[in-house]
Amino acid sequence: MLDLIKQRFHKLVPAVDFCSLRYLVQHSEILTVRQNIAQPPIHHYDEGVMITIINKGGLGYAATSDLSETGLRQAMIKATQWTQLNQPNQLIDFSKLTLPHQRGEYTSIVKKPWNSLSSQAKFDLLYQESAQCHPDDKIIDWQTSLRSIQTEQLYLTNQGGEIQQTHHYLLPYIKVIANQGVNTQYRTLGGHGYGRQGGLEILDDIGFFGKGQQLAEEALQLLAAPNCPTTIMDLVLAPDQMILQIHESIGHPLELDRILGDERNYAGTSFVTVDMFGHYQYGSELLNVTYDPTLPEQLASYGFDDDGLPAKKVYLIRQGILITPLGGHLSQARAGLPGVANARATNWNRPPIDRMANLNIEPGETRFEEMIQSIERGIFMQSNSSWSIDDSRNKFQFGCEWGQLIEKGELTQVVKNPNYRGISATFWRNLTQVGNADTFEVLGVPNCGKGEPNQGIMVGHASPVCTFSPVDVFGGA
Amino acid sequence: MQDYFYTLADFISSKLLKDEIYLCEFSGEQSDFIRFNHGQVRQPGSVEQYYLELDLIRGNRHAIGKLTLSSQLSLDQDRIVILLANLRDQLPHIPADPYLLYATEVQSTQSVGRNDLPETPMVLADIINTVQHTDFVGFYASGGTFTGFANSFGQRNWHSRYSFNLDWSLYYEKDKAVKSAYAGFNWEQVQLQNKFSNALTQLEVLKYQPRVIQPGQYRVYLAPTALYEILQLLCWDGFGLKAQRTKETPLLRMFAEPKKTFQASVTLRENTTEGLSPIFQNQGFIKPNQVTLIQQGTYHSALVSPRSAKEYGITTNGANDGESPTSLDLAAGDFPQLNIVEALNTGIYINNLWYLNYSDRAAGRMTGMTRFATFWVEQGEIIAPLNVMRFDETVYHLLGSQLIALTAEREFIIKTDTYEKRSDHSARLPGALIAAVSFTL
Repeated sequence: MLDLIKQRFHKLVPAVDFCSLRYLVQHSEILTVRQNIAQPPIHHYDEGVMITIINKGGLGYAATSDLSETGLRQAMIKATQWTQLNQPNQLIDFSKLTLPHQRGEYTSIVKKPWNSLSSQAKFDLLYQESAQCHPDDKIIDWQTSLRSIQTEQLYLTNQGGEIQQTHHYLLPYIKVIANQGVNTQYRTLGGHGYGRQGGLEILDDIGFFGKGQQLAEEALQLLAAPNCPTTIMDLVLAPDQMILQIHESIGHPLELDRILGDERNYAGTSFVTVDMFGHYQYGSELLNVTYDPTLPEQLASYGFDDDGLPAKKVYLIRQGILITPLGGHLSQARAGLPGVANARATNWNRPPIDRMANLNIEPGETRFEEMIQSIERGIFMQSNSSWSIDDSRNKFQFGCEWGQLIEKGELTQVVKNPNYRGISATFWRNLTQVGNADTFEVLGVPNCGKGEPNQGIMVGHASPVCTFSPVDVFGGA
Repeated sequence: MQDYFYTLADFISSKLLKDEIYLCEFSGEQSDFIRFNHGQVRQPGSVEQYYLELDLIRGNRHAIGKLTLSSQLSLDQDRIVILLANLRDQLPHIPADPYLLYATEVQSTQSVGRNDLPETPMVLADIINTVQHTDFVGFYASGGTFTGFANSFGQRNWHSRYSFNLDWSLYYEKDKAVKSAYAGFNWEQVQLQNKFSNALTQLEVLKYQPRVIQPGQYRVYLAPTALYEILQLLCWDGFGLKAQRTKETPLLRMFAEPKKTFQASVTLRENTTEGLSPIFQNQGFIKPNQVTLIQQGTYHSALVSPRSAKEYGITTNGANDGESPTSLDLAAGDFPQLNIVEALNTGIYINNLWYLNYSDRAAGRMTGMTRFATFWVEQGEIIAPLNVMRFDETVYHLLGSQLIALTAEREFIIKTDTYEKRSDHSARLPGALIAAVSFTL
């Protein structure tokens, strides 16, 4: 199919300043076992093309699932009509933009392909884990699931650009619900945070097997636990909560299209302004944040973004100082700032916009035991369960599934419904400890929402355990 | 597209083996999308997409496959043949599904929308002419949306609409903006001009020095758009039977003794008749005109999907798989909208809320932010815009003990979501005057 698409594109490409074709084919499969009963497997086969044209300063796109010559020609005509229609009223003069025409490839590293096991064998794995999730009748619902996604993408431009990228993802999930009266508690496999690139080897890498029993026991502990106290104390966040903290209060505020106002009607604006880059103290000196597309197992590792820009590791915040925004080629040109290769589209039927990719906190030097031992009075929180932040990405409140008090240097009482709140602009300056590489975990968020039309996309976040102090924490009603 | 879908459905029927059954859902759209920023076009384009979801059933075993349709009959037929073969190969290896339930009584329906949409260039000209020299930011989506159902028993259902939705904000500076929307089936420039003119009037107040308030409890008016955010969060597992039985519902305390309730003025329905969503769902059941979810403040009935119906031994009421309302209807109160600011006296007038989530789900406690035009009111007069504040409050306070009144006037809100496809969800809601809401940050 790829050769056919190439032939048709080069045959049909119109005489315009710029024309690109982005072809995407995606196979996905979801297998779920709920309460030891297999749910019907769901297969999804999706295929289509996005044509983008820039001509005489105007831009337009057209997406179609009709890949015939006729379909592609129609899409090119539509996209060209858009360029003419918006020329007098456009925000950006695209004639001043030089888009890349790169050639290259990227392929996920897969050690144990999804299809190396039959559906029955994969269901057996889920049954095995499901059977461990119900040690007590207070566990009233539980499920285990595997979601596999394989995508193949071809990006062509009218001046010889040609990029082929193949991605394999696996998103494992476990959820256990415990209830007693009006008290319901959950434990999950790090929320939905354990998605990675690769094959079934990921299950061993993340310790999937045996997690069902552990999560069930923890849910029962939460059921018997008191509420998290309402107080101000040191807060230690596990990587599966850090991913949301990074995502909401560093990732979104640094998206350059938000800073430029594109998202103000939907996903919001940012407290960060263009003039802050290069000197603004975003966090303490311990804070080092990178855009890093080079970790092969992470969800948003790739060779090129969807505008064809090569991806490489870039420091966004170094020793607490804000350096680089999350902006792709177009946003960089608009803002006159450097950026990263993060123009991404969620599918063939959505245009690229600035997205987080892999946005990571670099590990520090403190061992986890040292972090806990150093705290007189604090709380350790794990696994995000609730997230909310204002549209400038400043005032936030997050909830976790699991809380455990830290008293005189030791982890002690488990507490339920742990929440905390703060303000991004000051919160990161209270980063007092950054865990070492042993505490570093590669995780991600599978459903980051943004854009008009809306796009839900997978992003990667990796983080060590971190300590913040002091923080406003509280429990349930 | 209706004929095309029915042709494909007949083709699927012709390819079935003797003991096989199929259920099939079609969804598609032909959309024009235009993003605006700073009163100009930021990113325009078109999307044409068609999907077919096929559930192949033999006995109690079944597998589901979804594919993209190309609109070329022979190619789509080839794809369907391959999909059928793949699903068929899987069936012997899939355990029987004890909760499989589908409609066997044939109930074909069709609701074909009229296409009265204007040409996009004309709309674009209207918008640009209206908003020029302002900091207008927003999104225009228009075109046809199509949903169909077919099964091997011969049932055929079709639902099409041709609509537009202009969702926009008018900014003064930073996060100070007025939010509005203009949606419908027939474009009238004068309507846009009126809405824009109202927004300009509200924008004037946003130019005043913003008020900063301390955390605490405040008297509040929630406009229908703000109340919709609260109800949308409640729709996340609040009204489905599965969430009720697995104790995930945020309304858990409405089922425990002593039962929590809302004010008697709160009656909430899934009102399919007056919504925009199809009346059929993807196992072929037809939805009742209305399902009463909350009756005079008390939990009344759940949305029951066919799967939950089988699992829990209850009759389905045609709910979708997610058991979430699509056409919410909160009964009007008796308080005149005109008198709201006066009745609020001193407090916060909230037009929009944003990014809600649970701070204690089992207790129905939620948090979220004020957004866009939120005003500080003193002695019955709007005094100043309010800098954004976080609320954290239980739904039993918001709609229960602290609810003073619902307005007599209601607003019809069409959801603007376009995740994967243009949403067909809607709501008809009054505003709510609330005695005390906790603000925390």
